Amino acid sequence: MIIGLFNHWVVIILMMIGLYIVIAHGNLIKKLVGLTIFQTSVFIFYISIAKVDGGTAPILADGITQYSNPLPHVLILTAIVVGIATTALGLSLVVRIKETYKSIEEEEIQQQDNEEQLTKHKTEDSA
Amino acid sequence: MITHLPILQVITPLMAAPICLLLNRSQLVWMFSLLASGLAFLISILLLQQVMISGVISYELGGWQAPWGIEYRIDKLNAFLLLIISGISTVVLVAAQTSIEKEIPKDKYTYFYVLYLLSLTGMLGIVATGDAFNVFVFLEISSLSAYALIAMGQKRQALWASYQYLIMGTIGATFILIGIGLMYQMTGTLNMADLSQRLPEVAQTRTVFVSFVFVIVGVCLKLAMFPLHLWLPNAYAYAPSIVTAFFAATATKVAVYLLIRFTFSVFGLSFSFTTIPLQTLFMALGLIGIFIASATAIYQKNVKHIFAYSSIAQIGYMIVGFSLSTVTGLTATLLHMFNHALMKGAIFLALAAVIYRVGNVELNHFRGLGRQMPLTMAAIVIGGLSLIGVPLTVGFVSKWYLLTALVEQGWWPIAVLILLGSMLAVVYVWRIVEVAYFKAPLDENIKVKEAPVSFLIPIWTLVIANIYFGIDTRLSVQVAKGAAQSLFGVSP
Repeated sequence: MIIGLFNHWVVIILMMIGLYIVIAHGNLIKKLVGLTIFQTSVFIFYISIAKVDGGTAPILADGITQYSNPLPHVLILTAIVVGIATTALGLSLVVRIKETYKSIEEEEIQQQDNEEQLTKHKTEDSA
Repeated sequence: MITHLPILQVITPLMAAPICLLLNRSQLVWMFSLLASGLAFLISILLLQQVMISGVISYELGGWQAPWGIEYRIDKLNAFLLLIISGISTVVLVAAQTSIEKEIPKDKYTYFYVLYLLSLTGMLGIVATGDAFNVFVFLEISSLSAYALIAMGQKRQALWASYQYLIMGTIGATFILIGIGLMYQMTGTLNMADLSQRLPEVAQTRTVFVSFVFVIVGVCLKLAMFPLHLWLPNAYAYAPSIVTAFFAATATKVAVYLLIRFTFSVFGLSFSFTTIPLQTLFMALGLIGIFIASATAIYQKNVKHIFAYSSIAQIGYMIVGFSLSTVTGLTATLLHMFNHALMKGAIFLALAAVIYRVGNVELNHFRGLGRQMPLTMAAIVIGGLSLIGVPLTVGFVSKWYLLTALVEQGWWPIAVLILLGSMLAVVYVWRIVEVAYFKAPLDENIKVKEAPVSFLIPIWTLVIANIYFGIDTRLSVQVAKGAAQSLFGVSP
């Protein structure tokens, strides 16, 4: 049971590590790292379920009848591309956040936003 | 040509996006985007007509037979959603060129339209496709362009809102991906119609159960259902106004569509509502969402925030209708999707006009605008009345159906709660009316004039639609009811 579902255990552990980083860390880059680990765990899940016991690579050849399932691999290629796009977009957002907030720590950004809101409302009330 | 409509629906904006990059002259790009979106709208009308007459359309992509190839499947529900999305997109685009003048740097105009069209493509694709994995791909197309569009907002908070949305949205989409993977593992198919036939055989397994939960949680993240709504208010408030108008009217509807499609069609009604207590759960979350979001809306100082929270509350109504799992309840949800798109489209476009003239949408800057921008403010008031559910507006129609559905099941207390929730909407709409009509304008806003015609035309198109569909409900009710009945397998 435990050995037979080895791939699932790897996937679940990776997934939890990824999600934990996203939730627990305040550094925006670390959050993206966590997100990437989380996505990668899903990629591994798709790839590992495609393996057929005793099957070879899905290439037509004489004398071979048992193939691994190529479809999940193709699907996950698409998802990998999507993952790259997400990471790239996320990183470029972090660059721009760093430019305007001078920080990539969640707490400091929130604090700056709150302070800005407070001063704005103060000037409004006095006006 | 007519047989290829389902793919043309998606591919028109998709192909138009790169062409925009080649044109690269802002006025020209705007006209071209408008043309592409208008074409998509025309196609959706043709599709709806065809579906109403001859039933479900199935289109095999590249001639590969389903379930091996990708199938585009248009039934009444899909056609209805396609109509809402492409219609709102077209109307909103009319005002786009004027609005982004004040909000986006000139060198980014072309990219704005490219992203807008890609986002439109994503949403249309999610709705048109009959393939579960295709849903994920289109979901990411629309989401990725949405993150970039939101980050284009003027204030630096837009970047932070976009980043938060990116994290939450990606987790949501990946959850859906896990769910689809588990489904594939159990059935070996990705075609939705095929899945719905094969899943019952393995319905008792834990894998299918887990896949269901992953899909539901993922969709609810995208849906901004309470308590997974935290990304929405800032994303809507800081995005460029045109983007807010487009997304507020369409994006969450697409997620509601996915929820309905997965629970009713793919997993099947009996599975969805018996394996986990979906009815109690969604009913409770929907109601809590209505009250908490409406109450939060009352205390906001930024008008865009007020209506963003109100959007979360309106999603609550859709969820309550959905959770009833009766034909009338689902009809109410579908009607509310259509109606909410009309009201929020009108309101957020009017807010875009206010930003164009006043420069921001802080509540205290609304002082005296009732006299300075009478037509724009009147649009917000009618939209607000529609949100409350006053008779002769579309809001009344969907609330009426929702109450009928609740009373049908004998759930009087819930019906009373729904009415109380609408009272909260009165409060936050009144706050805006009070400031706009009964206070003297701020000194800096003395010279503010009525919004330009390029705003008034789309705003009032939507406002008139708000009233028209509130009086003549034949079209919307007929389609929504037909869609709901076919989801329940009742022949109309």
